[in-house]
Amino acid sequence: MKRELPELIFNKSKDGKIGYSLNLEEFDDIEILIDKDKLRDDLKDFPQLSEVEIVRHYTALGDLNYSVDRGFYPLGSCTMKYNPKVNEKVASFEVFSTHPYSPFDLVQGNLEILKLTEELLSKITGLPAFTLTPAAGAHGEFTGMLVVRKYLEDRGDARKIVLIPDSAHGTNPASAHFAGYDVKEIPSNEDGIIDVKTLKENLNKDVAALMVTNPNTLGIFEKNIVEIAKVLHKNGSLLYMDGANLNALMGIARPGDFGVDVLHLNLHKTFSTPHGGGGPGSGPIGVADYLKNYLPVPRIERKRDKFEVSFYNEKSIGRVKNFYGNFLVIIKALAYILTLGKENLKRVSYDAVLNANYIRKKLEGLLNLEYKSKTLHEVVFSDKGLNVKTLDIAKRLLDYGFHPFTIYFPLIVHGAMMIEPTETESKETLDRFIDVMKIILEEAEKDEESVKNSPYSTPVRRLDEVLAARKPVVKWEKGVES
Amino acid sequence: MRYFPLTEYERKEIFDFLGINSEEELFEDIDKALRNEDNFEDFPHALDERELIEKFKSLASKNTFNQYLSFLGSGAYNHFIPEVVSYLSSKGEFLTPYTPYQPEVSQGSLQAMFEYQTMISMLTGMDVSNSSLYDGGTAAAEGVLLVMRKSRKGKVLISELLHPEYKEIVETYVQNLGIEYDYVKYDKNTAKLDINDLKQKIDDKTACVLFQSPNFFGIVEDSKKISDISHESKSYSVQVVAEAYSLPFLKPPAENGVDIVVGEAQSFGLPLSHGGPYLGFIGAKEEFLRQMPGRIVGETKDVDGKRGYVLTLSTREQHIKREKATSNICSNQAWCALRAGIFLATMGKKGLQEVSSYNHKITSYFVRKVKELKGMEVLYDRDFFNEVVVKISDDKLFDKLKDKGILFGVDLSWFYNDMKNTFVLNFTEIHKKSDIDRLIEVLGEEL
Amino acid sequence: MVDLKDYRFSEDHEWVKLDGDIATIGITDYAQKELGDVVFVELPSVGDSFAKGDNCANIESVKAVSDVYSPLSGEIVEVNEELDSAPELINQDPYEKGWIFKIKLDDKSELDSLKTYEEYEEYLKGL
Repeated sequence: MKRELPELIFNKSKDGKIGYSLNLEEFDDIEILIDKDKLRDDLKDFPQLSEVEIVRHYTALGDLNYSVDRGFYPLGSCTMKYNPKVNEKVASFEVFSTHPYSPFDLVQGNLEILKLTEELLSKITGLPAFTLTPAAGAHGEFTGMLVVRKYLEDRGDARKIVLIPDSAHGTNPASAHFAGYDVKEIPSNEDGIIDVKTLKENLNKDVAALMVTNPNTLGIFEKNIVEIAKVLHKNGSLLYMDGANLNALMGIARPGDFGVDVLHLNLHKTFSTPHGGGGPGSGPIGVADYLKNYLPVPRIERKRDKFEVSFYNEKSIGRVKNFYGNFLVIIKALAYILTLGKENLKRVSYDAVLNANYIRKKLEGLLNLEYKSKTLHEVVFSDKGLNVKTLDIAKRLLDYGFHPFTIYFPLIVHGAMMIEPTETESKETLDRFIDVMKIILEEAEKDEESVKNSPYSTPVRRLDEVLAARKPVVKWEKGVES
Repeated sequence: MRYFPLTEYERKEIFDFLGINSEEELFEDIDKALRNEDNFEDFPHALDERELIEKFKSLASKNTFNQYLSFLGSGAYNHFIPEVVSYLSSKGEFLTPYTPYQPEVSQGSLQAMFEYQTMISMLTGMDVSNSSLYDGGTAAAEGVLLVMRKSRKGKVLISELLHPEYKEIVETYVQNLGIEYDYVKYDKNTAKLDINDLKQKIDDKTACVLFQSPNFFGIVEDSKKISDISHESKSYSVQVVAEAYSLPFLKPPAENGVDIVVGEAQSFGLPLSHGGPYLGFIGAKEEFLRQMPGRIVGETKDVDGKRGYVLTLSTREQHIKREKATSNICSNQAWCALRAGIFLATMGKKGLQEVSSYNHKITSYFVRKVKELKGMEVLYDRDFFNEVVVKISDDKLFDKLKDKGILFGVDLSWFYNDMKNTFVLNFTEIHKKSDIDRLIEVLGEEL
Repeated sequence: MVDLKDYRFSEDHEWVKLDGDIATIGITDYAQKELGDVVFVELPSVGDSFAKGDNCANIESVKAVSDVYSPLSGEIVEVNEELDSAPELINQDPYEKGWIFKIKLDDKSELDSLKTYEEYEEYLKGL
């Protein structure tokens, strides 16, 4: 993959080059109806390139990227499954690209897409009421915690604390904080899960909710979940579930049956929409029936075969996103769900969990496994006892054509290596990955420096992140040397 | 099924290796009571590829919006997008990578984001930009939170003419954080922020003044004056931009003394998409850099001295600072920012200047033509960019025009109870003079 | 080499050097090693008052953020502005040039609860 970075686009720019084609009518006698001192003088140094050069520039950039289309991403917690191409096709139908303020009768197809997606997500998760407006998982968490908060305030019981396990993803406490809560961390036990005793010890009348991921970030099913829900409800608290790991539960079990009150999903994880280099995602939330009036606006209603939109919901937390959410992302997720259908829902989780267990058993002898509980869709190893660090192994994987696993998360495992193969990887890929891991661990034994100084074959190597943070350069400037 | 590479044979191989007889044994920690097969009974059958496309064609046929000549704007704008934007952005190398946390294999995404950040900085005149937020509304909220962190003051003043949805979102975000807010009126004669009301309301507890320009009525505010008054009270000036295409036309916010610009960049290469995914952006002065929300790409050198890019200042973010993070944002709108970058590079300096100028001129053309009509009045006939507010005499006019294949504008009575028969119309380079002529002609018939 | 005999230490790995009723405070060599390369220091403001145990500053490395808790109660009289442009001083010279802030003590008896250098070294061994 040894390629050079192309010059910055600004350095390729030349006065007079044109990249677009658009004939605009002239307005010789039209007044500029705005004061001249409000107008811009010039767009100095802004790019000017021909279409040819633009295509070459971005093609060169694309060549520097690893992607799911290219290979395996064993990233735990991310569910980097294959992004189906037919989903891209249907999402690009121009007729779906309507104005969000269009009269509702002109966009019945779009409203049906939204409502149908809500209904199918309800069937999958067992939570009866959904909103598709949040733009990402963290946004969904924030929205969900606002629902919790409003419900409790409405009950005259505004509480201040949210409990979060020490294995939680960083967005959980961040989202709780932005919803106005103080966060209290509770420890996982030696099986890697929350036990009811620990929960009870930390529970009091000031606890609004527990935010739990299930299966958790160790890939372990929180088997006390039903009792946890009961204990919380008895205390007047709610159960929030981070649904990032739903890939282990599709067609297997429904969070609604666990006693979950509020759940978020990541359409860009379980539901196959592409990550696009960091987004857009989509983070719908589902709630138990008694919370449905708190959901944000707008709400889509199905009235026989017609669809209506309401900008009013009785006790709504308000609005969290412009318009309807990341609509084109939702189309892709719907296409995926309809492709899976009843016949394939369970197969997703069966193969995802099977693949994860295969990797676990193959690597268990070579790497330290902190928590020995049953593995579902992801497994977490530690770098304990190795003479190289997790980071070094990750970087060496790059030389073998693999994207590394998730590193240093969850925080409760030292030098965590979180591996989630998903169901869309072949056995050949998994076997190759396992072989490469063995090779790297052998290399570490024989010549640890060679692993510590890797990667060798990538376009750039071991970038200086300290320099980037101490003296941040976040844009190009003319005359300033790179 | 084509998304499951494992064969039956391979599954059996793995069973043998694991010492199990079926997948079910792997799920034994899940209580039998939760494993009811009937739970998923009522679920549609799988569609094959042909059936799936048919299904979506059928859904598409229920949309008729595209058959209309539309003048709807108000936060979602129909602009010309060159073909290369879709071609390049839909390549698997841009669509299917993960977040660039492993920079060695993500230089494509990272350099593209660095270039995008630069272009946003150029357009806004600001020192720093991030690599995207969700949309204009949440960007406005993040702008407020940013100012709160920096100033540690507890009150924010918001312009009445901020996009109503943005207002709702800001309110949702600040409601639980002990932040006070108040609205500044607008002058009904000019549709600009009422400077006297601002002077009256601003005090030493005010962290910032949040205003939109061009505002929801399409009018370009006196940003310099607003910024000066804010600074006099030691408050920050935060401008919201809902129509990003105004940036190449108007003086950059930084030159008007604005401290932070937030807004919606959907106009830069994203189709209407029924509202999403869109592209929130933020630009700010250097002093805000370490408090900025979201991911930021920085330039650096690698171990061999080569130029390279990394996500930087990550300690602000949720995965490190957790509940003390500057934002909870994790996934952003990176691919949309990539599209915006390609769009901006393709339209380039000349394209952006010509098209933004056309946007104003064609709106101006409409304003002039309306003078020929009775029963319709442009309420504010200058200082607009590409949207104007019109008042009409006939409360059935929207429907009459709809019957003739025209979507007149956004009805302001949706948002303001006291504004009946008042609409906001948006004109872009999608509209030709003949489209305006047709609109005027039909209006002439109906009024 | 700095003579740490006159320094006092907290369990949160801060050091204190007293001069009359002004205490200079920084973080220990152990702490800077744990953090890694420091990229940014968020300093308190002169005039701010803190109680013993309050979070009064933050030190950021590339991968982590460390809260600095004031080991003593008092008012900030000076902050090390050098750290704005050279945060690496904390790594290079944690006990002298890498000082973070100076505080005017409210209550000298609070010093009694701090460790001597020997006691701190012992404490480190137990971690």
